[in-house]
Amino acid sequence: MDYELSKPQKMLQQSVREFCGRQCTADHVREIMETETAHHAELWQGVADQGWIGLHLPEEHGGLGLGLVDLAVVFEEVGRACLPGPFLSSTWAATLISKTGHAASVSSILPELCEGSKIGTVACFEEEAGWVSGQYDAVKAEVSGDGLTLSGKKQLVADAAVADVFVVAARGEQGLTLVLVESSANGINITPTEGLDATRKLYEVTFDIVNVSADNVMSTGADAERALKESQQVGMVAVCAELVGSMQWMLEESVEYAKTRKQFDKIIGSFQAIQHKCADILLTTESSRSAMLYAAWALSEGTDDAERAVSIAKLFCSDAGQKVGGLAIQVHGGIGFTWEHDLHLFYKRNKSNEFLFGDATFHRELVARLALDAA
Amino acid sequence: MDLNLNAEEQAFRDDLRAWLKDNLPEHRAVDHESEEYWQHLRDWQRTLFEGGWAGLSWPTEYGGKGVTPLKQSIYLQETVAAGAPEHLGVIGEGLVGPTIIVAGTDEQKTEFLPKILNGDHIWCQGFSEPNAGSDVASLATKAVRDGDDWVVNGQKIWTSFAQGANWCLLLVRTDMEAPKHKGITALLVDMNSPGISIRPLKQMSGQSGFNELFMTDLRVPVKNQLGPTNQGWRIAITALMNERANLGASMYPFFDDAVTSLIELAKTRKRNGKLLAECPIKRQKIAQAIADLEIYRLDSARALSRLERDSTPGPEGSMLKIFWSEMYQRLAQSAMEILGDVSQLEGFDDGAWVYRYLRSKGATIEGGTSEIQRCILAERVLGLPKSY
Repeated sequence: MDYELSKPQKMLQQSVREFCGRQCTADHVREIMETETAHHAELWQGVADQGWIGLHLPEEHGGLGLGLVDLAVVFEEVGRACLPGPFLSSTWAATLISKTGHAASVSSILPELCEGSKIGTVACFEEEAGWVSGQYDAVKAEVSGDGLTLSGKKQLVADAAVADVFVVAARGEQGLTLVLVESSANGINITPTEGLDATRKLYEVTFDIVNVSADNVMSTGADAERALKESQQVGMVAVCAELVGSMQWMLEESVEYAKTRKQFDKIIGSFQAIQHKCADILLTTESSRSAMLYAAWALSEGTDDAERAVSIAKLFCSDAGQKVGGLAIQVHGGIGFTWEHDLHLFYKRNKSNEFLFGDATFHRELVARLALDAA
Repeated sequence: MDLNLNAEEQAFRDDLRAWLKDNLPEHRAVDHESEEYWQHLRDWQRTLFEGGWAGLSWPTEYGGKGVTPLKQSIYLQETVAAGAPEHLGVIGEGLVGPTIIVAGTDEQKTEFLPKILNGDHIWCQGFSEPNAGSDVASLATKAVRDGDDWVVNGQKIWTSFAQGANWCLLLVRTDMEAPKHKGITALLVDMNSPGISIRPLKQMSGQSGFNELFMTDLRVPVKNQLGPTNQGWRIAITALMNERANLGASMYPFFDDAVTSLIELAKTRKRNGKLLAECPIKRQKIAQAIADLEIYRLDSARALSRLERDSTPGPEGSMLKIFWSEMYQRLAQSAMEILGDVSQLEGFDDGAWVYRYLRSKGATIEGGTSEIQRCILAERVLGLPKSY
């Protein structure tokens, strides 16, 4: 039994950390988040050149054939740098396309997404359905000639303004219908909906009789449900890893501050009230990392408890991100509450990530179902 | 990262399971205050010894098996999961033996180690005192040299196993003038010596798992001094590190039982005409208990994996101790909310939840309080300045 990262994984971690140290400093994140889309072409090219997009996808799909622990290593490090832009969105879209196994899309758009020459995102969330895929019905897919037309509205679509393609979770005759559409297609309207995390922009996307050819209907019914769910599980591993990275940054900042800041002529880190908060940040971060790594490993291995492991990781990391954020601000005192300090970048990202793919309450209910409702 | 057991580890587990199946005693003595109970535990230790399952963590030259920390953890989990009797050697085998191996004379090793393994010697530890709790090093029990003996006077408290123990690892002050950490000596004390008396200490749960020890002109031969005079603090630290490492790994089956039983109760008992398991708020609490338990399992596995690499118990022990002790309290509190009014009755689930609710309050105090553990993490892991 070995819970440690392998040597290649540690090297990967180091290289992501070095990349972020060079190309994704907090000052740079601030500049990028002030732009309309929080997408920076040069930074994106850097990410793409590293081969991190779709690194967990099979080589025949344009990926590197690595595992989800490797993916988690990358996302933890970019989370520690609060990397802005569509890395997570495009990773999710690529994963979903790969999970549908839809031959035409897998051979055409997927390699472009993995290379980074195209950007994708998933139009999935609806306020009433939340993250329960079986209930998506705000975008209707109606048969029209050989293909379909899409009509309706999706919310909280991340990075929609910079995406070249959307994977849309629509409702069709055969239930859930996953279709691939170009963002430039006629009838698509993209409206920014400003959220609290300025480093990852959210949009409302409306579809006003958008034509989709039969070639771009990737999956329907039970198969579509499976593909969407599996892609969300991968997304959850990535989000949990981002949360852990963000907590790690908060831990390092808080401890550093506690070691240098003086009040009453003493280093505040010598006060137990501060020490115990720092210890709690450490405990919560480490437990989150245990849960996140296990979820990544279990999902990679396809263990019997993988679904439960991913939900437990998400519920724990979601709560932990809030708790650690609160403690870190309190340790910093007044400066931690200012715009000038970088804490709020991570604090806001944690909030956004808390919701993404279901919050703690949502996943506790899923865990309860597995434990209480099984036949 | 690979969390599967390898073939050798699986074989170890399967052998142990098979052996347990054939060797577990049918009869259980449960009254901790009866002589029958202690005899029962001694018999079990003897059975373990004869079956080759004693001293797993010890080096082979001292009669041990020298197995990896992971196998020790498998052993602890499997024995508890199989419902084996409480392990008599928690203190002797887990804490005193390893300390004698590190600090004892050849005579002491020959004299004591085999008897720990075969169950002849049951050990307790006399560290804490009424005025030396978290600050153990301020202990005041005094020993004065008289010929070939130390003459000991003072009082110890929170001594588990004292009723059944025949030996005690005792910390005493041998230099009144030296700074507190530098005037302590460790003694190996025969509990049948004249001058020792034991008084059970009744806990808020009603049980007496701990004791007070009173020493009046107790004579301990100098040959039973462990380590050099006035260097007993290092002995204490060695013992405490082993205690924390041991405790952390062995608690999982205990909590797993509790959560499993909570789930079963929620699926069968009703409130307001509906099963407890149908109430959305109770479902949230149950799921949180499940998640907590899983995090504890994973944190333990991760600490174990690190121990396999680094081989000495580190500050992970403090992290696990904080987690399980606070989880224990959350679980007990939350379970009673889920189960409702009747859970306060001693007759409900054989009093298991009343017991957990009360007993868990001790968990964040014994073996180093949560506050002390957090200071240890802040200072030794995070590098913050000392606060006391």
